Amino acid sequence: MKGKSLFGMAAAVALATAMISCGGGSNTSSEAPAATPAASAGKPVDASTAGSVKGTIKLDGTAPKMKVINMAAEPVCAKVHAGDPAMTQDVVTGSGGSLANVIVYLQGDFSAYSFPPATTPVTIDQKGCQYNPHVLALMIGQPLEVTNSDMTTHNIHPVPKDNREWNESQPPGSAPIMQSFAREEVAIPVKCNVHPWMKGYIGVMASPYFQVTGKDGSFDLTNVPPGTYMLTAWQELYGTTNMMVTVGPKEDKSVDLTFKATAGAD
Amino acid sequence: MEARSDRRVHTFAVFTACCTFLLLIAGALVTSNDAGLSVPDWPLSYGSLMPPMVGGIFYEHGHRMIAAFVGFLSIILAVSLWRTEPRRWLRWLGVAALGAVIAQGILGGITVLFFLPASISAAHATLAQIFFCTVVAIALFTSAWWQRARPLAVDGQGTAIHSLGIATAAATLVQIILGAAFRHKGFGIDPHLAGAVVVTGLLFWFSATLRLRFPDVPALRNSARVLHAFIGIQLLLGAAAYWSRLYSRQFPQPIPVMVTLTVMHTVFGAVLLATVVVVTLLCYCLVRPLPSESRVAVGAREA
Repeated sequence: MKGKSLFGMAAAVALATAMISCGGGSNTSSEAPAATPAASAGKPVDASTAGSVKGTIKLDGTAPKMKVINMAAEPVCAKVHAGDPAMTQDVVTGSGGSLANVIVYLQGDFSAYSFPPATTPVTIDQKGCQYNPHVLALMIGQPLEVTNSDMTTHNIHPVPKDNREWNESQPPGSAPIMQSFAREEVAIPVKCNVHPWMKGYIGVMASPYFQVTGKDGSFDLTNVPPGTYMLTAWQELYGTTNMMVTVGPKEDKSVDLTFKATAGAD
Repeated sequence: MEARSDRRVHTFAVFTACCTFLLLIAGALVTSNDAGLSVPDWPLSYGSLMPPMVGGIFYEHGHRMIAAFVGFLSIILAVSLWRTEPRRWLRWLGVAALGAVIAQGILGGITVLFFLPASISAAHATLAQIFFCTVVAIALFTSAWWQRARPLAVDGQGTAIHSLGIATAAATLVQIILGAAFRHKGFGIDPHLAGAVVVTGLLFWFSATLRLRFPDVPALRNSARVLHAFIGIQLLLGAAAYWSRLYSRQFPQPIPVMVTLTVMHTVFGAVLLATVVVVTLLCYCLVRPLPSESRVAVGAREA
């Protein structure tokens, strides 16, 4: 009787072990694009009538002071930043209040147009335990290439609301990870749970009319078909600001957008 | 003479409880350091048994290693109880503890593979504390003290102390679930704050009743003091942990003061729950309740 019960207990443990063994493994497959704009059956944008929207993104007010990142938990990366400590990148400004790391894009009805497929991979590199670039944007279905230049292990973990979540490890020297996103989303936070200070953002766009600003805050969206659009700028701390713009045939529209440096964001 | 538990089994149960306490600390460190997904795969870690222990991997894989060790201890404890324990229900409690630790491992794996869903993560956090209480209870049941014959105090007044103990333990468990749900972003702080009010009220009622009704039973009288002290400590830790969470928002990563205080609050919650469970069990061990028809309402004797 006792032996029978012991056998039952052993069987339960074995069953649980088998269940445990069934799990595991990270997802490596890319998501099938829901609707790649490049695949839509529209006409190409007529270059003879296309215009552009250009301008600068600025910050009105004093930018919050960025914080020094303590990388003591990762000696490899602490060594990289020895003498020049890594800083947070929530708000990066240039001269004259220009604002970097802002995703600027046009929203509107582009269903009448077809765009060349975005097949060139956009790369995000993990270097010095920071994401480089800190903010990037790509089109729906466009390949995202994740590389690791550090001599330490990272996990890259986007936390989307509308796209599929994934989390993959990348030891030093390993092959790039290729992924893509199926739905428009601005912007997907990306983090590394191994190094919790690593934060980045990925904007997934439905049309090719987008740019991420550099330190000069400038953007230049070209080959825009005539029409009325919502020019939107997204910044990780300040959110979004937008403005309606109408682009006439061959018109080069110049528009500046300004974020207010709110005290609450500090 | 009545058969007693094997003393070695009791010692082993105490050891398992201590290791489980360390496991609770390790688990709380994973959450506070936001390291739950630093190892994307499961049950292996980076496809191996020993990944590089850097950054968040140190916390997550360290937690897994301690958990595996406690799982191993639980198997030994269950088998030992099964082979040596004369009380059938206690043998099955050992099996239940083993089942809980297996379920806990599976829940831990699901949290990783499904990117920390709040409900599963909260369930994982709660089951950890239930398992801890179970092992503590096994340690108590196998002790020589528990099995010693003694005269029982009579409880014939007001609300039965056993009912009060069970209600307090249940409320503390619910409070732990609310805290876990807050910690894992299931919902906000308000339910946990409301729960703190309820648990504090019940704990004061329970401890005051112990003190007033059983002044001649040292174990219960001292338990009342311990409960008073523990709820005070836990309330202070809770306030400090919440302050530290708000303060740490300005930093790019979890800061030591936040990690320390939140881990202390989380783990002390488990200690508080285990204490309430033990004191309730002491009531069952030391007090004989009168049936409801023989009970006297509070204040009736004075009248």
